[in-house]
Amino acid sequence: MTVENDPVTLIREKALWMRRTAFRMVHKAQLGHPGGDFSAIDVMATLYFGVMNYDPSRPDWAERDRFIMSKGHATGALYTALCAAGYYPEDWLETYMQPKSLLNGHPNRNYLPGIETNTGPLGHGFPVALGIAIAGQISGADYRTFVLTGDGEQQEGSNWEAAMTAGHRKLENLTLIIDRNRLQQGQGTEQTAGLDPLDDKYRAFGFHVEMVDGHDVAALLGLLSASPKGRGKPLCIIANTVKGKGVSFMENQASWHHGVPNAEQFAKAMEELV
Amino acid sequence: MAAPAATKEGLRDCRDAWAATIVDLAANDPRIVAVVNDSIGSSKLGGFQKQFPDRLVNVGIAEQCMVGVGAGLANGGKIPFVSAASCFLTGRSLEQVKADIAYAGFNVKLVGQSSGVAYGELGATHHSIEDFAWLRPLTQITVIVPADAWETAEAVKWAAGHEGPVYLRLSRMPVPDLAVENRVFRPGKAETLRAGSDVTLIANGTISHIALAASDLLAAEGINARVLNMATLNPLDEEAVLAAAEETGAIVTAEEASIRGGLGGAVAELTSAHRPVPVERVGFPGFLPTGSVEWLFNEYGLTPEGIATRAKLSLQRSGK
Ligand SMILES: Cc1ncc(C[n+]2csc(CCOP(=O)(O)OP(=O)(O)O)c2C)c(N)n1
Repeated sequence: MTVENDPVTLIREKALWMRRTAFRMVHKAQLGHPGGDFSAIDVMATLYFGVMNYDPSRPDWAERDRFIMSKGHATGALYTALCAAGYYPEDWLETYMQPKSLLNGHPNRNYLPGIETNTGPLGHGFPVALGIAIAGQISGADYRTFVLTGDGEQQEGSNWEAAMTAGHRKLENLTLIIDRNRLQQGQGTEQTAGLDPLDDKYRAFGFHVEMVDGHDVAALLGLLSASPKGRGKPLCIIANTVKGKGVSFMENQASWHHGVPNAEQFAKAMEELV
Repeated sequence: MAAPAATKEGLRDCRDAWAATIVDLAANDPRIVAVVNDSIGSSKLGGFQKQFPDRLVNVGIAEQCMVGVGAGLANGGKIPFVSAASCFLTGRSLEQVKADIAYAGFNVKLVGQSSGVAYGELGATHHSIEDFAWLRPLTQITVIVPADAWETAEAVKWAAGHEGPVYLRLSRMPVPDLAVENRVFRPGKAETLRAGSDVTLIANGTISHIALAASDLLAAEGINARVLNMATLNPLDEEAVLAAAEETGAIVTAEEASIRGGLGGAVAELTSAHRPVPVERVGFPGFLPTGSVEWLFNEYGLTPEGIATRAKLSLQRSGK
């Protein structure tokens, strides 16, 4: 295997580009949710550039694997992933949150190709992903459905309603990934309405649960690309991540949930993101 | 009739008035509690939390639970102020608001923050422009939309003392103080900001001061507009609306909300049934494109010029 076709190297390169580009978008718009973008980017780069089957020229291809960004505020991560995946040209990113832009603050499937459903209010993505997975189960289709939620987002009861049915139906084609950065908007999840032990909870709901370092691309790739056939259960991956990952002054700081950089912070972040 | 109200210099974020008032009230009444959904910062309740840590209930990102908890706290003898971004407080929890608050009739104060299009660029999921239409049929809930910091503080105080469900629809959009002489907060009553006989502009919340500015533009063209600040949307001051229809013959409503089912809807329902006159409704037609608050206000005519234009249209339609 050479460096050029080593999937881990490729994913890491894409993730670096996504972080730099997302931060440039947030800096320009002076709006966005960079902390949650950065915690999710390695997971998303792994999915889009190492795991999922899709064709950007046919966004409605029936057999495509589906990705649902339930933590819809992390559009910096989603829009850069879809751009790098070839769904639209890079110059579209320049319009992030400008008047009438297709790159709204939260994703809209009627605006952009590659977006499976509109999100923004937390706790919506998992039930929709469940429906997509059930459709695949009914029709015997081979596609997989991946949904990414925040960890704070897990406080929404709709997730647990979806978990119950997903476990009940033994939906092995469904993968829930939880971005376990341990922070929500205002403070830590465990200081708000604690989630631990999250793995036991999902096990009790009938999931196969894996805990992984959400920035370890090789480990993520191994877990996500393994065939779900015969598992007989939905998969829950608890990705232990760092909010603001990659920029020293942003890491683990709740204030960077929707904090935006000034010129100096932007320059410093660009120096670090190499 | 009081002299025409002018707007004072300077803009204020009404959330500061809300936050200061709720802390004062809580200091004097141990029954007052706050309930939030990971929204301490956006509700400006950091001070409340510091002073009354035991009386702040943060249920996490779980709005349906939050509103149900409000009902339960009321059952347990508390006076809960349930504060969250109004889009989620009303939209996500609508059935809890209907069944647990309005129908069950609990003494809960719902405080909708950052309402209207305050979250401009975040898009339609985060805009709260449907809340008026959702809550208006719930006649048990008093809906108040303060126009400035003073009215916000008064409404919070009134809500605390009132036995029954209230929805306070607040904004984080800075607004000027309305200068009204000898001002008294009268829930359920329209406040006349300017006397006039040619046309009536009815507004509330962040739009009241803009309607007032529109009346200045109209005055410069010799059109004498009455301006009503309709802070209470539920129950509507029907007397004031019908008097406006009768005495001025043309009405413009203006609100930071959908033109369907809100203030404009209420005024149109009432006048068409009892005193039909042209009613021009200024507001938003439906889901909105991405854009800043300023851009959206301009695009949809929530400006002095936009409202004045619609006033002239209503006058034309009335055949006066
Ligand atoms: C239903 C709903 N309630 C509240 C919000 C406001 N909100 C946006 S992001 C956020 C925190 C999310 O935390 P988490 O799920 O942990 O995401 P991350 O830390 O990965 O960004 C909140 C409360 C929302 N978008 N939707």
